[in-house]
Amino acid sequence: MKLDAKTPSGPLDQKWSRFLLEMKLVSPANKRKLDVIVVGAGLAGASASASLGELGYNVKCFCFHDSPRRAHSISAQGGINAAKNYANDGDSVYRLFYDTIKGGDFRSREANVYRLAEVSSNIIDQCVAQGVPFAREYGGLLANRSFGGAQVSRTFYARGQTGQQLLIGAYQALARQIDQGTVEMHPRTEMLDLVVIDGRAAGIVVRNLVTGEITSHSADAVVLATGGYGNVFYLSTNARGCNATAIFRAYKKGAAFANPCFTQIHPTCIPVSGDQQSKLTLMSESLRNDGRIWVPRKKGDSRAATDIPEDERDYYLERKYPSFGNLAPRDISSRAAKEVCDEGRGVGPTGKGVYLDFADSINRLGADVVKERYGNLFEMYERITGEDAYKTPMRIYPASHYTMGGLWVDYLLMSNVPGLFVIGEANYSDHGANRLGASALMQGLADGYFVLPNTIGHYLAETKPQKIQSSHPEFKNAEDATASRIHGILQTNGTRSPYSFHRQLGKLVWEKCGMARSESTLKEALELIPKLRAEFDRDLRVPGTASEFNQTLEHALRVEEYFELAELMCRDALMRAESCGAHFREEFQTPDGEAFRDDENFSYVAAWEYQGRSKPPALHKEQLEYEEVEMTQRSYK
Amino acid sequence: MNLTLKIWRQQNSKAQGEFVEYKVTDVSEDISFLEMLDVLNEDLIERGEDPVAFDSDCREGICGACSIVVNGIPHGHQSGTTVCQLHMRHFDDSQKIVVEPFRAKPFPIIKDLVIDRSAMDRVIQAGGFISVGTNQFAEANAIPVPKDVAESAMDAASCIGCGACVAVCKNASAMLFVAAKVSHLNLLPQGKPEKDRRVTNMIRTMDAEGFGNCTNIGACETACPKGVSLDFIAQMNRDYAKAIIKGQLLNASQTAAQETK
Repeated sequence: MKLDAKTPSGPLDQKWSRFLLEMKLVSPANKRKLDVIVVGAGLAGASASASLGELGYNVKCFCFHDSPRRAHSISAQGGINAAKNYANDGDSVYRLFYDTIKGGDFRSREANVYRLAEVSSNIIDQCVAQGVPFAREYGGLLANRSFGGAQVSRTFYARGQTGQQLLIGAYQALARQIDQGTVEMHPRTEMLDLVVIDGRAAGIVVRNLVTGEITSHSADAVVLATGGYGNVFYLSTNARGCNATAIFRAYKKGAAFANPCFTQIHPTCIPVSGDQQSKLTLMSESLRNDGRIWVPRKKGDSRAATDIPEDERDYYLERKYPSFGNLAPRDISSRAAKEVCDEGRGVGPTGKGVYLDFADSINRLGADVVKERYGNLFEMYERITGEDAYKTPMRIYPASHYTMGGLWVDYLLMSNVPGLFVIGEANYSDHGANRLGASALMQGLADGYFVLPNTIGHYLAETKPQKIQSSHPEFKNAEDATASRIHGILQTNGTRSPYSFHRQLGKLVWEKCGMARSESTLKEALELIPKLRAEFDRDLRVPGTASEFNQTLEHALRVEEYFELAELMCRDALMRAESCGAHFREEFQTPDGEAFRDDENFSYVAAWEYQGRSKPPALHKEQLEYEEVEMTQRSYK
Repeated sequence: MNLTLKIWRQQNSKAQGEFVEYKVTDVSEDISFLEMLDVLNEDLIERGEDPVAFDSDCREGICGACSIVVNGIPHGHQSGTTVCQLHMRHFDDSQKIVVEPFRAKPFPIIKDLVIDRSAMDRVIQAGGFISVGTNQFAEANAIPVPKDVAESAMDAASCIGCGACVAVCKNASAMLFVAAKVSHLNLLPQGKPEKDRRVTNMIRTMDAEGFGNCTNIGACETACPKGVSLDFIAQMNRDYAKAIIKGQLLNASQTAAQETK
């Protein structure tokens, strides 16, 4: 397998403009003859579909939701970064680029990250033009706030509903194209396989979730915008339906999977309450702007938070990281919370929680200001826990939230399978080993509005169209294989639901390959996962048939992919004998407990190639060359 | 907690539905209503019975997928809350709970509690957008938007498109949903050029999809999990009236011009 990043030459700040100048174009008459499939309708998928439709391509967009407006991008609360420097605090494209590269612990590709920072400003312009109601100051200009991992205020927001508003903006742009007939929308349709013919992506096989019908769709290029795989942990902040099927099927058809062990654990989520819980809820990182994180100094202190005097509290983030304090990056804050809980200083009924306290801010700003800033988050907290965070501190604990890993892509966002593009969280491209807050929305929209519509054109202009129809025998083969997988699941007729397997697998992955990993936990996981998989194959029970609306079947098909994905994550984590960003190997830490990165041996992207179920995947390396930045040890002290 | 559930079961859009009673035991009061249904479903699956189909995704009250009527009220009795955020601590032990899908003629039932709300997407496709292409923008701060206008647009834009307003309305009217989108965009300077077209096309499509008329009861506002205000309906009615009058004036002047010729 050849991994060619295809990074344009020249100085870093001129690479993207040079690409745009030199890229090949498709004429309007020829665009009409080209079909593009987009899978997923979140920020990346909807913005890409709308942009491609408007350019004149024939676009088919698929999503498993009943409407493209429901994709999980909608749940992002805090905001979106852009290097506008409206706050006049010294921000610039370079600084956003540098913060992102550093935040990612120097494990992402320099040129991609620079481009992301470069187009960030356009995203805000685009969204404002679409009518996204960003927060504004009294003068009518846009408001900004600060976020984790940065010392400037560059985050734009729409109350605590930024993701929702940006998604609705993209959804509206998509709706307009659907109305104009440039995009054919297929809701309640799930991609179950990728079809590759003569080494190129030729189309997909999908299942209509209402009728169960399996059909094929061919295209000149396929774009996956299907999000991350955080639900491998079962309990995560991801939506119930988020799944890895599309990217994992593509992996099985030859697309390399990069850095699967880079999974982000978000520090501020509502702690787990019990076994019947189906998901965890995030409390926006923006709360860390005004909330102070602490635990009692004493182990096992069972007093109510408000009864613990100031001098018996440990504001551990402020103590350990005085310059960033409560705004230390996510990986660092999460690990610090785990550390104090492991010491026995955690709070709440399970001992797995830390306080996020607003008392000081309420005294300083008044409850009204706090309410204006975070009212909906406080309400959400109250609804879930039954506690009033204006009176008693919130309890939070880290939870699986985002996956930096994903399918490997080059500078054009194309995987190693020609014609298969991967955008948004589904690719591994921009966040290295750790993503900074308010950067996921930025990447989804950068990819969908500004990068992909250009790079896909370049590919299509360079490539002679194959004009393969969905009647090609390869499609029939893939349909048959899909139908037989489904048949197998329905025939197992064991005793356990897919949910029960998912829960068990998730717990295992969380314990062995979660916030901290070690050689021994990973080896253990690699033994346990195949056993659980064998039990799944033997003891699964899915009622109903294939030719009807069958949510248990949908779930079983998704869980089936998680076993091998979990194995791949553990394998990657075991291979990466260093700590970097969110990947924390217990054996590799500095004397003061920070991640100990090994640039000499691991300064590469690990891209895994599928070799069949009976053979371990093959590792390919893309060495990371830093032309502009110097790789330093991250310090937020 | 132990509960008795009376749930609407319907195999598909053509089948005749019916209520079926289920018992669910050992439910934690810290879980949500949907998680309680998960507990029931897991039990049903393990017994080889068909689990209850229902839509949900984010389970944090923002995606708008969940669409269940609990004891006669869309999303249940807790105000400002979607059913995925309704927690079991708000129910009594041994309570009997009636569980139904959102019911409205434009929302055909797909299975059990799952409905087809694509009519709402078609209303948005008729004009619920600003016609701006990718890369067609001015600098974001070029047009200042007064804070109160931006806040008001945001209030309207907080609609999650769940359809509770339609489900609760005795006329199955979608006025609150449509008004929220019309107001969100019509209030902003960027949305002004298409103001008349937008409101006219969206209302026309809303009617064509079979949503009923508004008779100013206000049940929609009470059922809305995001508290979208009835005032937006008034706002839309004003926009609509203006658009119609402007259209008639335009037509009249064109006719007059033709007659003169």
